[in-house]
Formats: sequence, structure tokens, C-alpha cells
Amino acid sequence: MKLPAVSARDLRVEFKGTVALERISLDIAPGDFVSFIGPSGCGKTTLLRAIADLVQPTSGELKVNGVSAAEARRARAYGYVFQAPALYAWRNIERNVMLPLEIMGLPKQERQQRAARYLDLVGLSAFSKKFPWQLSGGMQQRASIARALSFEPSLLLMDEPFGALDEITRDGLNLHLQDLWRTTGLTCGFVTHSIDEAVFLSTRIVVMSPRPGRIVEIIESDLPRTRDLALRDSAVFADVAHRVRAALRAGHSYD
Amino acid sequence: MTRSVLPVATVALAAIILWYAASALVGTNLLPRPDQVIGALGDSIFGWPLSSPRNLLYHAGVTAEEALLGLAVALVIGGVIATLIVHVKALDRSLMPWVIASQTVPVLAIAPMVVVVLGNLGLSGLVPKVAIAAYLAFFPIVVGLVKGMRAPETIQFELLQTYSARESEIFSKLRLPASVAFLFPSLRVSAALAVMGAIVAELPTGAQAGLGSRLLAGSYYGQTLMVWSALLAASLLSALILGAISLLEAGLRWQRGGRL
Repeated sequence: MKLPAVSARDLRVEFKGTVALERISLDIAPGDFVSFIGPSGCGKTTLLRAIADLVQPTSGELKVNGVSAAEARRARAYGYVFQAPALYAWRNIERNVMLPLEIMGLPKQERQQRAARYLDLVGLSAFSKKFPWQLSGGMQQRASIARALSFEPSLLLMDEPFGALDEITRDGLNLHLQDLWRTTGLTCGFVTHSIDEAVFLSTRIVVMSPRPGRIVEIIESDLPRTRDLALRDSAVFADVAHRVRAALRAGHSYD
Repeated sequence: MTRSVLPVATVALAAIILWYAASALVGTNLLPRPDQVIGALGDSIFGWPLSSPRNLLYHAGVTAEEALLGLAVALVIGGVIATLIVHVKALDRSLMPWVIASQTVPVLAIAPMVVVVLGNLGLSGLVPKVAIAAYLAFFPIVVGLVKGMRAPETIQFELLQTYSARESEIFSKLRLPASVAFLFPSLRVSAALAVMGAIVAELPTGAQAGLGSRLLAGSYYGQTLMVWSALLAASLLSALILGAISLLEAGLRWQRGGRL
């Protein structure tokens, strides 16, 4: 068996005495698309941040690509997409995408090639010289995905990246992301509070519940790898969505 | 263009009318009319060679040099202090109160002391004036830069953390560029303060050169025209420096696609 991209054993995170996460055990296989879903306060963002070494676990074991989360971060093992685009207003879109490449010390020509390639991948080639505020919210978030992909990490972590966008834009971006994941072979960790989004994108769905944050159930999806929006009206899709809802109910998320 | 020119012109016109009225009221000996002041200014500029101490441009040049050097020193010192305050937690608490306290000392009181002390150390001429101009000008720069360097959102910092960027890169790629927008309003206040500081510093030095010396000489000999034309020259000098700063700002804004 291949080394898991992420491996957590009995992970526990506390903030000033409040338990944010407990008894988290989970493996993410390379090439998986794993969504974390649950109501507010279930610790899904905290779990993603722990994987990214932005939050320190209180106890338990956490390995990313077989090493500690801190070492993985230093090795630039993952790209992280935040809830907001976090673009730098004084840099145009191309230079925003080149930011990680500058820090990683790539030569200028290589930086430009990478920026062009990944802006093309997210469909923003025509906007490379525009500044962030000249783009819509959806385009800004696409630019931030291009930035996270530009240094070609094997793992892409996304924290409710489309949460602030309208449903139509969100559908478009989901389709785009699904396509991207299927063609690149990336491993994805995706935090969301939308059942539809989770089912549409994921190979596995981690259902979580709050107080304290814990995993209720990990659902394996029966959906084919190649997906389009029409799939969402199918019986298979409804079945997976139903299982997610049942797990959320079992975790008392609707109480 | 008309939108910005018209209000300014209106105020200028009102000021000139008030000035005429006031000088009619108190007498032109004390308050010369605007045309007299502008005439005296013109005479002094065009009536003498540039190197002559009777030419007001010569004095304005001396003051401008002091003020601009003071502003440059203030920018360097202010930049260093702001960087230290932002990066060293202990300094945030220990240094900032002193920075604020420094501005509560009246400059009129401290200027002669600085001139005397520096003079005793063998530093006369340009140095004490630049020192006092910088002393006044560094404060707004520190405040603006500290605010600007702390302005980025948490996720903008965390983004760099995910790249495991060094502290020096966080400074150069995020804190510094973010602080520029906050620097320009500070720089305007500082420029005006630097001109004022240079003029005040010229007063206790025996009034050899500079607009301050003209103010002193004018009041000493009861030459109100000399005083008023020096005052006018001082405000024109400030306006010129402020204009240059605005030009710099516009250039940077253009480089950033229209927003600072």
C-alpha cells in the first residue's frame, strides 16, 4: 500500500481548555478527494489547519506524506486555499500567482511559465495583468487556486473556498475543480458545509459533529470519477447525499 | 480637473479678499497688501542674482535643503523604529511611549538646546537644522508605518506561513508593500513639519541663511514686508514639497494599476 498523504491517529486539539477536536483517526490516500462536512464548531477547519501546521495538536499523531505536519509545511508539501482569496492588492494576478515561486527561489522565466500554465488551467489567462479588485469574487478565488497549484504540491487543502460565492458561480467552480482534480491526480482536502458540494466533489466524505469536534462517519462515495452537473439529479447522487444527511443526524447536528 | 480646482480657487479668492480687508483695517505697515507682498517677493527673486543673500530664492533653497534632508533622515529613522516596534514585542511596549513623549516637548524650547549642544560637539551649519526637522518629521512616519505593517489580514500572513517564508520575506513581500498606502498621508504631515522644523532651527543660529533667518531679520528691523514675503515663500516651499509627494504617490498608484 502506498504511503498515505495524511494520516491522523487519535488526534486531539484543545484551545485554552476547550476541546476543538478529539479522537480523530483518519487516512487520506494519495489521489483521494476528501471532504470534511459538519455544522459550525465541528472542528473541520481546525482539522485542515492542523494538517497544514497552522494549528498545533495537543496530543495524538499526525503525519503528512509520512513526516510531521511541520516538516511537511517546511517541505512545501501542500497548497492551501483560504475562505477568502487572500490576494495581495498591490500585485497583479500573474504576480500573485508567482508569489510562492518567488519565495521558493525559482528563476524568473520558470515563474512566468508556471504562472501562465496555472492561470490557463483555471481559465484566467486573459486576466493575468489585472489587479485583484478588478476581478469578481469567483475569479479571485480561482486565482488563489492557481497560486496554490503553481508550486505543484501533491496535496491541495481548501477551507470553504467557495463559501462566500453565489450558488451558480459555485456550481461552475465545482465543475472546474472536479476536472482539475481528475486530470492532475492531486490529493484534495476540502472543508465545506454544503452537502451537495461534498457529494459532487468527493471520493470520501468525512462527516463531523460539534462539541467536541469528532468524526461521526467516513462515507465512501459510489460516484464515478468523471462527473458532470447532471449527475446531481441521479439516484446514486441522491443516495450518497442521503447517507451524509443520515450521518449528520446521527451526530446530532440537527438538534 | 475643474472639480478640484474650483473649490481651491474659491477659498484662495476668499482669503485674498479677507487679506485686503484686514490690511486696510490694521494698516499696511503691519500687514502689507497681497500685491505688496507679491511685489516684494518678485523684487527679491528677480532683482538679485541667485547667490545673493538678498534673493529670497537663495534662502528658500537653504531651507528646502534642510527640510528635505530632515525628511530623508526621518524616513530612515522612522522606518527603522517602526520595523523594530512591529517585530520585537518588548519594543512595542517600551519604545512607543517614548516616541509619543518625544512629541510633547515643545520644539521652540528644544531647538536652541539642540543647536547649542550640537555646536559644542563641533556640529554646526546644516546638521542641527536637519536634526530638528527630522525630530519633528519622524513621528507621523513611525505611526503610519506601524499601522501599515500591521494592516494585512491574518490569512495574508498565514499564506506566507504555508510557504514557510522567512521573517525577512514576510517583511519584504507583505508588511512593506502593505504599509506604503499608509505612508503617504504620514509623509504629507511630516513634510510640512520638516519645513517648520528647519525654519525654527534657523532662528537661534544667528540668522545667517534660510527663510527663518529672513523672518528673524525682518522682525528685528521692523521690515514687515520682509517677514510676509518670507512667510509666503515658506508656504510655497511646503506646497512644492507636498506636490512632489503627490506626484510620487500618483506614480506608485499607476504602477499598482490605479489603487494604492
